[in-house]
Amino acid sequence: MTKWRLEPRASSSIFFSAAITSASLCAALVAGGVLMTLMKVNPLVSYSEILRGALGSGYGFSETLVKAIPITLTGLACLFSFKMMIWNIGAEGQLVMGALASAAVVRYFYFDSHVAMFILMFAASAISGGVWGAIPGFLKGRWAVNEIIATLMLNYIALYTMDFMLYGAWKDPMSMGFPMTAPFPDSARLWRFGNTRVHAGIVIAVIVSFLAWIVMRWTQWGFEIRVIGESQRAARYFGMSIMRNILLVMFVSGAIAGICGFGEVAGLQGRLSRGFAVGYGFTGVIVAWLARLNPLAVPLVAFLMGILLVGGDTLQVVMALPLSSVQMIQGMILFSILGGELFSKYRLRRVGAAGRSDVPTEGAV
Amino acid sequence: MDILIPMLAAAIRSGTPVLYSVLGEILTERSGVMNLGLEGLMLVGAFAGFAVTQSTGSPYAGLAAAFLAGVLVTLIHAFLCITMGANQVVSGLALTMFGGGMSGMLGRGHIGETIKGLSPFRIPILGDIPLIGPVLFHHDIMVYISYILVAALGFFIFRTRPGMNLRAVGENPRASDAMGLSVAGIRYFYTLVGGGLSGIAGGYLSVVYTQMWVEGMTSGRGWIAVALVIFSIWHPFRAALGCYLFGGIDALQMRMQAAGTSIPAPLLLMLPYLMTLVVLTFISIRKRQGILLGAPASLGNPFRREERE
Repeated sequence: MTKWRLEPRASSSIFFSAAITSASLCAALVAGGVLMTLMKVNPLVSYSEILRGALGSGYGFSETLVKAIPITLTGLACLFSFKMMIWNIGAEGQLVMGALASAAVVRYFYFDSHVAMFILMFAASAISGGVWGAIPGFLKGRWAVNEIIATLMLNYIALYTMDFMLYGAWKDPMSMGFPMTAPFPDSARLWRFGNTRVHAGIVIAVIVSFLAWIVMRWTQWGFEIRVIGESQRAARYFGMSIMRNILLVMFVSGAIAGICGFGEVAGLQGRLSRGFAVGYGFTGVIVAWLARLNPLAVPLVAFLMGILLVGGDTLQVVMALPLSSVQMIQGMILFSILGGELFSKYRLRRVGAAGRSDVPTEGAV
Repeated sequence: MDILIPMLAAAIRSGTPVLYSVLGEILTERSGVMNLGLEGLMLVGAFAGFAVTQSTGSPYAGLAAAFLAGVLVTLIHAFLCITMGANQVVSGLALTMFGGGMSGMLGRGHIGETIKGLSPFRIPILGDIPLIGPVLFHHDIMVYISYILVAALGFFIFRTRPGMNLRAVGENPRASDAMGLSVAGIRYFYTLVGGGLSGIAGGYLSVVYTQMWVEGMTSGRGWIAVALVIFSIWHPFRAALGCYLFGGIDALQMRMQAAGTSIPAPLLLMLPYLMTLVVLTFISIRKRQGILLGAPASLGNPFRREERE
């Protein structure tokens, strides 16, 4: 009798983990295809519509970039906290708070200068998102309040705060009842590339990715974050302050998400309107995990997710499929990435009936 | 009185779907597995319950389908977390996305359609008690079943041999394994049952509570359930308390909206989430002070026999 057993892998190369990730992606798409067939939707047509919509034209390609901007930033926001094994699921709420702060700057501190507005809105959104992230960080550090629930509840609270402003004091009298602010004046807008909707947020996203990589790879603080993520006990032994790091990481995480909100309202929408942040916070979770918490891989993965989102819009128009079809595929991708991870950490070995390995184990712990 | 009794009765009705989900998650977490996908499971259950009730005309068949759908979808989570040892937080989030997405996809074209679900009936004698009668015993059958379930689980978890095994696996899987218990088997069983109960929770929402299908109709109740599990300190009796408290806030919020108060609707809608956060913080402070017990010791940790901790 032969049995299969899992054994830990000594190490895995970057190519190997890239191969595993790609294989997982393919598996998710195949499984998604099977489900679609069961729901009487042709998966081949759907997938080719997704690709055609997202990459088939210059417009589609630019729209994919437009989607990749917020997802890169929410992905980085999640990455920072995940590295420390702090589960910030509240990028959505932090993003909304950042957007609210940007809109507040435009309303109450308006100067007719591009530079002044950029600096003010950028700073306000980062601080506002950062504080929204630091609240659960404080609760976690001080009283061990579960940060998953806290950040999620704060998502809803942020969304209803936005509703409160948009249905109330900030509502544009010219909007015919739609919950949105008046359009921002020109100097409060980010510049755009040519006549596409791609805005300066893309530069911010790339810079933040590099900064995140430098912080994680080359700084003392990045080292502390990684150590705390691996083992809180070891970190305490080294004399690292857990409380301070949780607060700091959650602030930075929230600030990145807040900046993302600024980019969306000042770059894309040109006003604050209800429903501008459709699930970017959750998509950030997938992006961070798919990128295996590597900041430089985040923009790439965000681009892939952008294809799915833009393609999803096409599906809505061409095949009348709801946006939830994309959400379903996102869930499956995350499932198969999780499944695939096992193969990068362990390998399957055939063992004899007695449970002994047929092959001598080298390097296995 | 004229206001209080309908309010309290509404609190019970509104708390019941969350209660089913919380009871399920207590079983799951007691075995050491964390399932954060309750929101997705509730949505899958809600659609399954709606669809089967609509096509068969039987709300009972609908609720059974909701349970089965919950079990089936949870199978993915159980396989990844128990067999594969995957990260339970991420898998739970994936479950939320997947469940929400799949229910939305299946439910396209049915949004807003109504069904004939269960109706309330009065329990004789008990229903005639002043105050208590109209609040507790003028409901549908699923509310009564939830009362029994709370008591039964409270007894099962703390007073029976299988219940003790369940707690042992959640607290110390290594010792349980040495005792000859099947850690994986027990975890699979309670994770699946827990998922099924979340399915019923969703089914209650669509088949009984609203009697219609709306995409994303749980609106965060699954997450509130996760928070209430912490509030309950993994005890069914406290779970009931927490769920009716939540139901009370929800009912209050709806009544105030209907009465047309000067408080803007978004602030009222925010109330349940804000209260959940406040209560969660309060509970965590008490835990820190050692007044309340913490989570099952091995919650969230995969168990692999050949590995040392």
